[in-house]
Formats: sequence, C-alpha cells, structure tokens
Amino acid sequence: MKRFVQTFTLTLTMGLSVAMPAFAVQPDEVLADPALEARARDLSKDLRCLVCRNESIDESNAELARDLRLLVRERLVAGDSNDEAMAFIVDRYGEYVLLRPTTGGANWILWAAGPAMLLLSLGVAGAYLRGRSKPEGAAGLSTEEEDRLKEILDR
Amino acid sequence: MPLAVLAQRDISRFMITEFGHFALILAFIIAIVQMVVPMVGAQMRWPGWMAVAEPAAQAQFLFTAFAFGALMWAFVTSDFSVQLVVLNSHSAKPMLYKISGTWGNHEGSMLLWVLIVSLFGAAAAMTGGGLPPRLKARVLSVQAAIGVAFFAFILFTSNPFVRVDVPPFDGQDLNPLLQDPGLAFHPPFLYLGYVGLSMAFSFAVAALIEGRVDAAWGRWVRPWTLAAWVFLTIGIALGSWWAYYELGWGGFWFWDPVENASFMPWLLAAALLHSAIVVEKREALKSWTILLAILAFGFSLIGTFIVRSGLLTSVHAFANDPERGIVILVILAVFTGGALTLFAMRAQAMEAKGVFGMVSRESALVANNLLLAVSCFVVFVGTLWPVVAEMAFGRKLSVGAPFFDAAFTPFMVLLGLLLPVGAMIPWKRGKLGQTAWKLRYGFMLALALAGLAWAMQSGRSLLGPVGLFLGAWVTFGALLDLWSRTGKSGAARLLRLPRADWGKATAHIGLGVTIFAIAGLTAWQQEDIRVAMPGEPFEVGGYQMTLRDVVQERGPNYFSTKGIVEVTRGGREVAVLTPEKRVYPVAQMPTTEAAIDYRFSRDLYVVIGDAQDNGGWTMRTYIKPFANWIWGGCALMALGGFLSLSDRRFRVAAGARKTSAKGVPAE
Repeated sequence: MKRFVQTFTLTLTMGLSVAMPAFAVQPDEVLADPALEARARDLSKDLRCLVCRNESIDESNAELARDLRLLVRERLVAGDSNDEAMAFIVDRYGEYVLLRPTTGGANWILWAAGPAMLLLSLGVAGAYLRGRSKPEGAAGLSTEEEDRLKEILDR
Repeated sequence: MPLAVLAQRDISRFMITEFGHFALILAFIIAIVQMVVPMVGAQMRWPGWMAVAEPAAQAQFLFTAFAFGALMWAFVTSDFSVQLVVLNSHSAKPMLYKISGTWGNHEGSMLLWVLIVSLFGAAAAMTGGGLPPRLKARVLSVQAAIGVAFFAFILFTSNPFVRVDVPPFDGQDLNPLLQDPGLAFHPPFLYLGYVGLSMAFSFAVAALIEGRVDAAWGRWVRPWTLAAWVFLTIGIALGSWWAYYELGWGGFWFWDPVENASFMPWLLAAALLHSAIVVEKREALKSWTILLAILAFGFSLIGTFIVRSGLLTSVHAFANDPERGIVILVILAVFTGGALTLFAMRAQAMEAKGVFGMVSRESALVANNLLLAVSCFVVFVGTLWPVVAEMAFGRKLSVGAPFFDAAFTPFMVLLGLLLPVGAMIPWKRGKLGQTAWKLRYGFMLALALAGLAWAMQSGRSLLGPVGLFLGAWVTFGALLDLWSRTGKSGAARLLRLPRADWGKATAHIGLGVTIFAIAGLTAWQQEDIRVAMPGEPFEVGGYQMTLRDVVQERGPNYFSTKGIVEVTRGGREVAVLTPEKRVYPVAQMPTTEAAIDYRFSRDLYVVIGDAQDNGGWTMRTYIKPFANWIWGGCALMALGGFLSLSDRRFRVAAGARKTSAKGVPAE
C-alpha cells in the first residue's frame, strides 16, 4: 500500500516536474549569433527573476524567468542597445527587476555609502594615528630611547 | 504493530521528550541565577557569590545538552508525536539527515544556538583559571544573560518540544535540498562562529563594567575571537561549497541576505582578531577593539534576525515569522544598545599606552580594520537598502550580486594590495622603503605571473590577471614574511618559529589562494548548453563528452533520473560522470545533482536536464578552473586560525603570569 502511494505520488510529481522547465538557460533559447548571445547573458545576470528569491533570470528555473530571457533576446535581435533593452524591461516590470540598482534618486546613498565611509574613517584614523605618533623634535625621546628608559625604570 | 507495544514505546518516548523540556526550563533558571548572583558578587566583592558562576555555567551547559540530546532522540527515533519531528522529518530519511534534521528548522536551530552559548560559557569557566576572579564572574554573568534571553525566546515563542494531539503515521520530510552532508554540518559550524563571538562580547562588556582593558585582556579575548572566526570560515565555506555542487549551475556565492548575514560577522571577527593583537602587544586601539567586539556579536544577532524574521526574502530563510523576528529585534536592541551605551559611558577610561609612528604595524592593522569594517558596512547597507528604500522612499527595488560585486570588491583589492606590506612592517616605527624592498621578489613574480596570464588568455578581461596578481602577491608576501623571520640561521629556524607565525602565514596564503581562485573561476569559466543526443559525442573545451545512457533509479527517499556521461580527452578516458535529477515524493520537490570531476586545476561540472521530444536530453557542461582552490583557500584560512590558536602563549595559563606580576589595580 505504502509503496503504491509512493509510486502514485511519484508519477504525479514526475508529471509536474516534466511540465516545469529545468534550470536556467535552455538550448532552444540560445541565439545563433554568439556576440548577441553573450550580450543577452550579461544582461540576464543583472535582471531579477520576479517570482524567485534573489535569483537572476540567468540562474532561475521559473517560467517567468524564461519569458524574460526570451524578451531580452527578442529586444537584442530587434536591434536594441543594451541600455534600450534594459529600459524596455524596466518600463514593463519596474525597477524591482534590476539587480544592480540605478544611481538615480535616493540610490546615490547606497552607492556612495562605502566610499564616503572609507573617507570618513580615513580622516578619523588619520587623526588618531597622528595623535599616537609623537611629534618629532628635540623635546621628545625617540622610541629607542623610550624603550631604554622603560627598561631602566622597570628594573 | 500491536497496539500495546505501540503504547509502551510511546510512553518511553514521552518521558524523554518531557525530560528534555524540563531540562531546558532548569537550564533557563540556572542561567538566571548565573546572570544575577556573580554580577552582584563582583560588584560587592563577595567571593562566595562570584564563585557561583563556574558551577552554574557547567550545570547550565549539561542541562541544555540534555535537552538538545532529547530533541535529537525524538528525531532519531522518528517520534511523530513531537510536532517539530512531524514537520521536518520522515521515517525513510537516512540517519544522518534525521540527526541533522534536529537543527534543520527554526526551533531546533535555536536550541543548538543556546546550547553553544552555554558550551562557550562552560568552556570559559573551565579554562579561565588565569582570569582575575571578578572579571571571570562578570564575563560568565554577561554570557548567562545572553543565554537567558535565548532560553526565554525558545521556551515562550519557539518551543521545540510541542506535541501534536494525534500523531500522524509519518512526517513531512526535511527540505531535500538540505539533505546533504555538506549542509548537515553547515549550521553547527556557523553557530559555533556566531555564538563564539558572544564570548568576545561578554569579555568586552565585562571589561567596560570593570573599566579596564590591558594587554592580558587582549590575550584572553583573542583565542575566543580566533576560534569563532575559524568556525565561521568553515561554516561559510561549507555553505558555499554546498551551493556550488547542489544548486546546479556551480554558483558559489550569491550575496543573498542570509549569506551576507554570516559574512558580516566574519568580516568584523577578522577585524577584531587583528585589533586584539594590537591590544595584546602594544596596549593601543583598546576602545576600538571593545567596540568591534560589541559590533561583531551585534552583527551575529542581526544575522539571526535577518534569517528568522522574513524581513528580507532569501533562498534559505526558514520560519518566516514576523512575531519571532520582533522578539529577536528586542534582544538585539537590548544587548547591542545596552553595550553601546555602556561603551559611550566608559570608553574614555580606556587610555592607550603604546606610541607609534604613522608607518608601523599598528597603523597597518588600523588600515586592515578600516577596510574590513567599511566593507562590512557596504554589505550591511546593500543588504538593508531594499527595506530602507521601500519604507523611506516608497521604491520597490532590488540590490543583488552585481551591486555587491561592484561595491565590495574594491575594498578587498585594497586590502590585498596592502596586506603583505602591512604584515611585514615593524611595530612602532617602520620604513616603507625597507619593507617594500624585502618584498620585491614576491611583487615581481606576482606581476610576471599576471602578465603571463594576460598573454595566454583569449579575452581582454582584466579580472583574471588582476586576481592572479593579488592572490600571488598576498601568497608570496606571506612566504617572504615567514622566511624573513628566520633571520640568518635559515631553514633550520623555520620549524622553531612560534605557531602564531605559521598560523599568520597560512591564513594569509589561504586568503591569497581564495582571491585568486574566485577571480580565475569567474574570468576563465567555460560553459556549454545543448541538447545532447545519446551516443553522439560533443566537445567542450578540449573534452569529448558522450551521453551514453539515461537510467531511472530509486534512492532511500527519492527517485532519480541518472545520465551516464563519458568524458575523454585525446582518446583517453578522463571520467564517467553521472549527473542526476531527483524527485523527493514526500516533500514534492525536484533537485538536481550535478556530477563533478574534481581535479587540481579544474572541475568538470555536468548537469542533466529534461528529456526532449527528439530523444535528446538538455545538458549543461562547465569547465570551472581552480574551483577547488576557493574552498582550499578557506581551509587554509581555518587551518591558519587553528595553528595560531595552538600557539604557546595561549596555552601557558593564558596570561596568568602577567596579571599576577602587575597585581590587581587599586580601586
């Protein structure tokens, strides 16, 4: 009985999985022109599969991702530049589809966050380091002298 | 099975699960005692009260371990009267995954989390013989406070011992993607890392309460941080390796929120274990190190929050429950907020002693910390930006791998460029020219290798050669550093160098290897997608591939469609690969099992897809150069950490001598 149930479920699921397209780019999607195909692959890596969790359409198995991959290729074949093809897709699906967010609007904060933080912390660290290093001059002891002094005092 | 036997078995099972539940409650109560009594004792200078910490820490661990064991027993025996087992296990599942099913879910993994909190507490109680009693009491008290929060969280919101009224005949199985040896041990290592950072946190808070940080403190904190970092490294590498062979296209890092959640503490732990060296050796960077210790554990908590709250959608978030998320957010706010407030009040007291020049090892380690912390910040901002953009600006947008690749990589390149010089420059005051001169051969060799790669590769991409240069530069730099330490006596001294020196070189070489491998794999990978006809050979990158046959097979809890692919090169057989497509009927989930021929310098990666109408099968073939090196590099990093951990100065009574010589400060 159990075995029957298993086989039965298997047949069901197998049926489902055959109906489901397998993993990512399919042979029938690939464009004949390798240069165009390479561009399509590059664009696909920057486009989000809308029904997946954090996957690009290049990696995704979903039906919708396949539609988008075909759409990208369609646009490229129609003679769109990369930017035009992307703009076409963003027009239809919104900026949620972009895995590399634009720099427009408040997004500059996102892009500038790292470099700004680096500059800021360089400033702070520079000030700290300057404070840590004794000013060179007649008044100060050299590090060697200071070590010697410490050695004598510790005795 | 006769009913009487069934009933009898159920009674024995019943008892163990209930005992586990009681043990957990007892551990909770012990943790409360351990949190309060030693802290009061330390404050009032009552030795008897302080002495409670040690036995309490051990008892807390034992009871938690019993509770965890009881839950594991329920999984191993497939006790379907326990709700968690019903939801996450199946009687036909292989034993390994019954065991790993214990932590393959929200409740069980929280129990594992708190088990490790108590394990570290008990370990600190056992090994902290050299610690001043008051510091020890406070450390164990803070550690217990973390435990209390999570015991309460488990008992009140995520109890793993909940029963079902009518036990079903069988369970609903564990997500088949998780039924994998690589992933079975991925969470325990990650948690050892996350939670290991709680020890650094406890030391930091205890030091803030004490109002004192000295070289000895640096030496006590460093092993815990180092251990946590090693475990995190192993955990992250296991997860990435699993993604590589399991997800079916050989990706190894996706900048997924959950990955970032583990990567941020890793970056900060790396920064912390370097800054703790400065505290230990030079008594400088004290308040920064304390801050890092607080932040590193804070990011562990943020990671837990991200994974559990469902705030950010992700490939492997489980138990997306906003309410639980809020509880974790409160825990996060209390601990990080509390510690940061304490920090703001007390940080002034941590005066640095060491004086050093702008060009010195100290400065180099400051640069290391800066780059690691800023890169962590970039990951943090990128991970949370979709939420911020939606709440603050009403924009629904995504931040994915292309952003992180572009925004994160420059900091790693800078880090790689600076590392060999920084690792070699003398303490206190160095001369840049002198150190650079010592490294000249490494630099030239790395440059020559990169030039060679540039000349040999077909495309014009800079990624491969630059990655090779950086990796080789870091690796040769580490070797030259090790060699320079031998002085005039040469190779004979090499073996007598402190383990910490070996650890440092090994870990740095590991980083170099990983940097090179990631760049090389990304730049030089070859891919082939086609419909393969059985018996008809095709060529990918010099290999002749033939799909010989496709067979149907049956595994313990799945059914498989298996392709048999013959690979030859120049007429000689290279491998017979068997990529599979599996269906797990209980979980109703298909998975792909890539077949990989692992070689030293490349992986041959084959995936089989669907049958086509013309009798062919979809097949994807990848040649992935230096793929193994990514995880080899991670293994070297972890090994370096272990070597450093086994250094003599950590084993010899962990700084006891130094403390007794200085005496307890007058207060």
